[in-house]
Amino acid sequence: MNAKPYWFKIKRFIIQSCTILYLFFSSHICFAAGEKITFPKLDWSFSGITGTFDRASQQRGLQVYKEVCAGCHGMRLLAYRNLKAIGYNDDEIKAFASENSVNTLNDDGEVVEREARPSDKFVSPYPNEQAARVANGGAYPPDLSLIVKARSDGANYLHALLTGYVDAPAEQKIPDGMYYNKYYPGKLIGMPQPLYEDGVEYSDGTKATPNQMAKDVTAFLAWAAEPEMEDRKRLGISVILFLLVLTLLSYLAMKQIWAPIKNR
Amino acid sequence: MSKAKFKNPVVKWIDHRLPIFSFMDHELNHYPTPKNLNYFWNFGSLAGIALVTMIITGIVLSMNYTAHVDYAFDSVERIMRDVNHGWLIRYIHMNGASFFFIVVYIHIFRGLYYGSYKAPRELLWILGVLILLLMMATAFMGYVLPWGQMSFWGATVITNLFSAIPLVGESIVTWLWGGFSVDNSTLNRFFSLHFVLPFVIVGVVILHLVALHRFGSNNPIGIDVKGTQDTLPFNPYYTIKDLFGLGVFLTIFAAAVFFFPNFMGHPDNYIEANPMVTPAHIVPEWYFLPFYAILRAIPDKLGGVLFMFGSIAVLFVIPWLDRSSVRSSQFRPIFKIFFWILLADCVLLGYLGAMPAEGIYVILSRIATAYYFFHFLILFPLLPYIEKTKPLPISISEPVLSGSSPASAFAFREKK
Repeated sequence: MNAKPYWFKIKRFIIQSCTILYLFFSSHICFAAGEKITFPKLDWSFSGITGTFDRASQQRGLQVYKEVCAGCHGMRLLAYRNLKAIGYNDDEIKAFASENSVNTLNDDGEVVEREARPSDKFVSPYPNEQAARVANGGAYPPDLSLIVKARSDGANYLHALLTGYVDAPAEQKIPDGMYYNKYYPGKLIGMPQPLYEDGVEYSDGTKATPNQMAKDVTAFLAWAAEPEMEDRKRLGISVILFLLVLTLLSYLAMKQIWAPIKNR
Repeated sequence: MSKAKFKNPVVKWIDHRLPIFSFMDHELNHYPTPKNLNYFWNFGSLAGIALVTMIITGIVLSMNYTAHVDYAFDSVERIMRDVNHGWLIRYIHMNGASFFFIVVYIHIFRGLYYGSYKAPRELLWILGVLILLLMMATAFMGYVLPWGQMSFWGATVITNLFSAIPLVGESIVTWLWGGFSVDNSTLNRFFSLHFVLPFVIVGVVILHLVALHRFGSNNPIGIDVKGTQDTLPFNPYYTIKDLFGLGVFLTIFAAAVFFFPNFMGHPDNYIEANPMVTPAHIVPEWYFLPFYAILRAIPDKLGGVLFMFGSIAVLFVIPWLDRSSVRSSQFRPIFKIFFWILLADCVLLGYLGAMPAEGIYVILSRIATAYYFFHFLILFPLLPYIEKTKPLPISISEPVLSGSSPASAFAFREKK
């Protein structure tokens, strides 16, 4: 009588073990089965240990984000006030923020809308994930605050992805609501091609080619993901110079202290 | 014990009643240290400094962190963006974990190479392995706290390992989680344990130091100190040498923190945890990869878990597995070759842990795992019977050679 539940437990254990092992290994198998996608390596102004952001490019990138990406993608970790770091003054930031509205409570406890202030976070285009999915045929446009850090070789990947819309090979079936992108893992992406020739009109006269816009918006998003980068590298150089001097001095002191022992 | 003479009357007064100054003078100033230590002996003090760095940055981070599934990710980003120099504190803590493991792994391999685990330092070694185990638990739970995708899925995979235990496995997993999946209660308890375990590590480190100071450091030729002619006072000789080593270490560490802070991390951990989306490729932090490779090398789940924990457990008993009384590899020609094979084997396991578990990688993982256990369980006990050791010097200060062989090595051991 007791044997049955016991065997049942063993069976359950085996099934669970297999599930876990499958979870373990399936991911690797999928990973290995897909062909390795390589994307072009660009020479970014912010790469390298002394690299800094290109303000003009970042500002153009913000324009691309505002006019193209922001229709679907939020940047919830950024506040409007943060834009000061890419060269906007208080009035420009105030004006930029006030184009958006946020919900708040009035004195009577009713939900009312007010203009966004510089202290507010970037207003997301959708109130929640569910609304975003419904509006995008089931796909969820990811938040872009950290996108450059959240992808391997993020800046190059993003630039490649934005310029990677090409005609699909004849044998490739494209389901409804999907698009072919040669740099997207699996090649089928839910995002339609966002950047077209002259998709935005740059105020500084730069020609708005898809490649230029992709570079600019990537420069903007790279800053959004790592707003501390310039401070970090600047401080890093001072710290390392200090440490090199300290290390050299301690080396010389060590040699001097040990000299009588070594020469004995 | 040398009676310290203090000139300052306040110090004198206190020391007469509470001899902390005598203690420090004895253990940090006069402490006799073998005079032939090489740079590999720097890594003990470096590990201590890494631990203190982790605790200080960790306490500051905890003041700004929120242990809740809805806020954890954003609270870390707030540290990165809005807390003054929060990015610096967080990057030091994040990279500090990796550097702590680098230092400790070098420290362990130094112990293996120079036979520092042998009598009378067995307990010193065991306490060290205990520290490693506590570090691994602490690091694992710390990695969960930012509540990114790898945090969540790493926690899911690793806690699920306990379900392999027959009969009670599932109950244990539920108990660990504090619920039926990795969720808010899991995050809360991991935060609590991640905060407290470092102080447990400090406690074991103190015991490690007490055990160390009982017989003093081992040394590159592995023979006992015969008298004061073989030693130097710790200060200034090793304080200055440790300071120089610290300078080199901090320079490399700073380069990582300031210029490549995310090099050793995984991009997926900048995506907030989502129980509905499994990442394409779940990998642990690099310092767990050799153990992860052993886990996956065994085609049975319970077996994999046992071998993985066994790979640490075996370290506890190596003072008794290694039957040779000659400590340093310098005098053990065959042991020395196998030491480098073991090191290469561990690096290979680390590489395999990062690769997909399929095809050639699985076969290589099995061979590497088999070698790991062969090294400790078979080679260590049997090698002394076939290895002819080189003659040992009489003392550290008089490297005059005398005859030594496996037979005489055993005789030496029995005499003691």
